[in-house]
Amino acid sequence: MSRLDWLSEYLARLIDEHVVVRSGDAQGLAPAHRLVLDSEDWGAAARVAAAFGCRWAGVWGDVEAGDSEGTQLTLRAALERDGGFVVLETEVPVTFPVLASHTNHFPAADRMERHLRDLLGVGFHDHPDARRWVRHQAWQENEFPLRHYVAASGHPPLRTRADSDYPFLRIQGNGVYEIPVGPVHAGIIEPGHFRFQAMGEEVLRLEERLGYTHKGIEKIAVGRDPAALARLAARVSGDSTVAHAWAACQAMERATHCQVPPRALFLRALMAERERVANHLGDIGAICNDVGFAFAHMQCGRLRELWQRSSHALFGHRFMMDALIPGGVARDLPADAPARLRAEHAALRREIAPVFAVVDDHPSLDDRLIGTGCLSAADARLLGCTGYVGKASGQAFDLRHDSPYAPYDRLHVDVPVQQEGDVAARVRVRMEEVRISLLLMDRLLDLLPSGPIAATLPQPAGGTTGLGLVEGWRGEILAFVRFGADGRIARYFPRDPSWFTWPALERLIHGNIVPDFPVCNKSVNGSYSGHDL
Amino acid sequence: MNATAWLLAIAQALLYVALAPLLVGWVRKVKARLQNRRGPPLLQAYRDLYKLFGKETRVAHTASPLFRAAPYVVFIATWLAAMAIPLLAVDLPTAAIADIIVVVGLLALARFFLALAGMDVGTAFGGMGASREMLIAALAEPAMLMAVFTLAMTAHSTNLSSVVDAHLAAGLVLRPSYLFALGALLLVALAETGRIPVDNPATHLELTMVHEAMILEYSGRHLALMEWAAQIKLLLYGVLIVNVFLPWGIARELLPADLGLGFAAVVVKLLLLGAVLAVGETVLAKMRLFRVPAFLNLALLLALLGLLGHVILEVGA
Repeated sequence: MSRLDWLSEYLARLIDEHVVVRSGDAQGLAPAHRLVLDSEDWGAAARVAAAFGCRWAGVWGDVEAGDSEGTQLTLRAALERDGGFVVLETEVPVTFPVLASHTNHFPAADRMERHLRDLLGVGFHDHPDARRWVRHQAWQENEFPLRHYVAASGHPPLRTRADSDYPFLRIQGNGVYEIPVGPVHAGIIEPGHFRFQAMGEEVLRLEERLGYTHKGIEKIAVGRDPAALARLAARVSGDSTVAHAWAACQAMERATHCQVPPRALFLRALMAERERVANHLGDIGAICNDVGFAFAHMQCGRLRELWQRSSHALFGHRFMMDALIPGGVARDLPADAPARLRAEHAALRREIAPVFAVVDDHPSLDDRLIGTGCLSAADARLLGCTGYVGKASGQAFDLRHDSPYAPYDRLHVDVPVQQEGDVAARVRVRMEEVRISLLLMDRLLDLLPSGPIAATLPQPAGGTTGLGLVEGWRGEILAFVRFGADGRIARYFPRDPSWFTWPALERLIHGNIVPDFPVCNKSVNGSYSGHDL
Repeated sequence: MNATAWLLAIAQALLYVALAPLLVGWVRKVKARLQNRRGPPLLQAYRDLYKLFGKETRVAHTASPLFRAAPYVVFIATWLAAMAIPLLAVDLPTAAIADIIVVVGLLALARFFLALAGMDVGTAFGGMGASREMLIAALAEPAMLMAVFTLAMTAHSTNLSSVVDAHLAAGLVLRPSYLFALGALLLVALAETGRIPVDNPATHLELTMVHEAMILEYSGRHLALMEWAAQIKLLLYGVLIVNVFLPWGIARELLPADLGLGFAAVVVKLLLLGAVLAVGETVLAKMRLFRVPAFLNLALLLALLGLLGHVILEVGA
């Protein structure tokens, strides 16, 4: 447990603050260490963790429900430091689920706590923001969809009111005006509303209003069997289908102590790296296109398309959707695949060299990207940004390197870090990650073991829980799974890294000009779907 | 003879309208080839216009009559401005009634209505586009006037026909003032026609738009007229640059052979200019909005240098 060296000191500090840890264990949510607290100590534990330098990695709630609803509502919050994870756990009565908020110590907790309040009815008595977040106009005021008594279909009214009365914060002043953008955008992107307060062209404040792609993932996961959950997880965010499916499968496999065959793990890693390369290529091109540099867009688009066609030929799907199943992978590679993949990696390495050289060092592009949309290292740290957003702002955290899961425990993963935090730094991190992923994939092919590609998932025992932690292309993905007494899913919560990069966008746009917003947004590229759930 | 001249003037005016989409199609085609793409067919711009004219025209509830009138005003003003610029031949009757100051004035009129229409519906994007367009115009117009005054000083006339005539009569003389004025006019043309690096005509991002943001609310034939006017404006600037600075080939007598040669010459020159524009748009990214004033200040500076160059080097020489 070397990654949790700090745990004893954290516990000591908790004692100093008179926080009582009722129990704790390292098994229930391995690799994280579980600490059970009294609900009155919920806020104090976060305060100590913040002072101790932990990163806040998510909060989710859970009501034990059989035929009728249980009496206790369980809340869990994940903390990370030096690659070691701790999950704080507490219970509050369902009849009066009120406790302290973590937002005052970790700003990153703001929207996830509001999400929890909207969906499960948990009250945070000192939460700074009382506005609803994901709650739609179609929901009744006191109806909490994740509660047992609410049907998955909900009770939609015949006609839903327009969502026009969300109280955005306004800036008053001479010459200040408001620009509403979205939720329907030009171009093929997901829906989300952005409200700018601008003075001339300068952005004084940006406020996001998301939730338009809420699909009820957490609700419709309940009652599924493991295979069906893997399919659902693959649809949390389409561009991260491999990573989310892997996180969900990992959680279920840890809960049931399933031994996944090594070949399956290597194939999963191969797919996750392919997903990373495909998305980075697409985004690098799109960032250039947003500043009117179509050449790089076309070249990156072409390379990405060829890459995805090959994913379709070798892995069965352009995005490799549903390629992962609990216990392994759905299909093996054709016999000639390693040779073809190696040739493809070499070809891509050759092709990206001149394109990336242009993107990296084109004066006209530099002029637009350098210094635009700066996210300070302090903000990145405060918001717990992972992935390229964090890495471009000096946060060198990567699960594959700092808390490696199989098969990355057998590989060396380089983590590219930049300090500038601007759009150019995010582009450089992505380019570097493409190069690193190409090397990793060659290495994975070198080490690719033979053998079976899937194990049968053991019948899950009722009440067992599992935590999945996977480095997706956007950053750290966390997935929590609890099985019910019937061996089916009782609770599934996927936490996409976008929860932390969306607030980062609001900060990094500050002081930039309105026409630079699209390129800033694209350089962060948060997932709407993965965030809205 | 006079009737023929008038017929030719009308034919030239119609040619502007007919050729404008082709130039846009050509620039798009060259750009696509430079990006290793096949690109849309050369005639796609015509098809788009045809399609838009066939579509229903939707107007926002909040639109005033000005919104409906603006496309016609913009189109006609731009077209009238184009008529004053010699395309095939000099000394046409239309040239006698309009000089470069009128051209600048007509273009300003078109822009005025375009900006009003952008603000008329009351969306944030239209107002934003109008404000940016005015920022650009306020700097581009003086630079353009200064550049053409440099030419006018050599010809002792602000009439473009006379300028071209004077240029041809003088033969091949290297004038520093012309080079500076050409530089200035090229920069102004990029800004005024909404090309990269000032504006991106191909973008879908409302927040970055200038020209497109103002016509965002238009549809059907209104949009077609706005698009067509923008294409005519591009052609207008193209012809202004190639025929004033490189007038060789333009018809000085209204004879069929001369006119044929004039047509061939202007088409070749425009194709070359279009290709240069496409190369420029491929190698450059769009610049940050607040760099545009510096860009246009450079144009003004070049024009001023041209004017000084003329006074110092050419007057009395």
